[in-house]
Amino acid sequence: MASLKDMRVRIASTKATQKITKAMQMVAASKLRRAQMAAEAARPYAEKMDAVISNIASAAAGPGAPVLLAGTGSDQVHLFLVCTGERGLSGAFNSSIVRLARERALALMNQGKQVKFFCVGRKGYEQLRRNFDKQIIENVELRSVRQLGFVNAEDIAAKVIARFNAGEFDVCTLFYSRFKSVISQIPTAQQIIPLVVEAPAANAGPATSYEYEPEEDEILAGLLPRNLAVQIFRALLENNASFYGAQMSAMDNATRNAGDMIRKQTLIYNRTRQAMITKELIEIISGAEAI
Amino acid sequence: MSIAMATFHFDLVSPEKLAFSGEVDQVDIPGVEGDFGVLAGHAPVVATIRPGILTVTAAGSQQKIVVLGGLAEVSDKGLTVLADVATALPELDVASFAETISSMEAKLPEKVGDELDRAIERLDHYKSIQHQISTTAMH
Repeated sequence: MASLKDMRVRIASTKATQKITKAMQMVAASKLRRAQMAAEAARPYAEKMDAVISNIASAAAGPGAPVLLAGTGSDQVHLFLVCTGERGLSGAFNSSIVRLARERALALMNQGKQVKFFCVGRKGYEQLRRNFDKQIIENVELRSVRQLGFVNAEDIAAKVIARFNAGEFDVCTLFYSRFKSVISQIPTAQQIIPLVVEAPAANAGPATSYEYEPEEDEILAGLLPRNLAVQIFRALLENNASFYGAQMSAMDNATRNAGDMIRKQTLIYNRTRQAMITKELIEIISGAEAI
Repeated sequence: MSIAMATFHFDLVSPEKLAFSGEVDQVDIPGVEGDFGVLAGHAPVVATIRPGILTVTAAGSQQKIVVLGGLAEVSDKGLTVLADVATALPELDVASFAETISSMEAKLPEKVGDELDRAIERLDHYKSIQHQISTTAMH
């Protein structure tokens, strides 16, 4: 049986761990607030972009539409753009995104399709490397990025488009975690190439007939790559908020578990201490009686 | 002018934030095919924006905002500008803007064909912004 001193050391170390998890929880909570604000600030732009694109796209659909909108006409090669966090200690955040991507990939591969991976974030790369090492064609780490900017998303979008234009894939799907609330983050797959345009609502009345300057297809050609960057940017921001949300609840759990453990350990410690005192008393008394 | 001008709603959004939102009298936009002014009741139009300075006139005062490309949409609901980057002129960091220009110049020799043309065009726009800033800053 462990000595009293060993037990004291263990309790102290559990307490130290609890302090760390508590601190991490509070840091995550304050970062979450900022991440959430950033995600909300980006929303108006993305919404307006969606509206403008669906307006123009419905006018420009049909033969001769840009490939980013119409697709290559094949769905043989898929690119999975998997966005995960750079760090762990966030519960199931990273692995749930990876799991979704892995399931989709295996399903497609069973159908004889080819799947390639483009990883954003170190954690996703590390997990996907185990199963799909040969299929990972690119890996972007955002570790050194302090504040996520639109430029980061633009860089990624430019790389994706360059590969698309080089004919490396037909369909691109974006994987990220949608931030629903602090306790609920939903791993999401969203097809970004070819773009899925929502049909304008039927009750919206007749669409406004716009004048275009320059021509529609020219605007569209410039707009589609931008929209890709916007979608990626939004995914990164949602991911960021989800990460801190997941980390916050994971650390909250860890703090509570540490508290339980400290209580149990203290109970055992006190029992052992009392048992030892009783034992010593018995020894003294029986020693005194013997004289 | 004694007659109050009709106002319309104007939103300026960039990917990172909502830069401006409110009722305005007039907005002058640097379009790819030339500058144009928008007043209340303008015909619906979608236009691409070049990097330049956007002027907002509201309640008799003018506000200048630097936009680095984007898209403007006029509909019956008002004007929406989707700007790649939107910075109010007083907040613009002139030194870092000059740095951007010199780094763009440094990268020019790497580009070829269409990309070179586009880079030169973009650089010209940036330089004209810089020129306008330095001339307006005098008074």
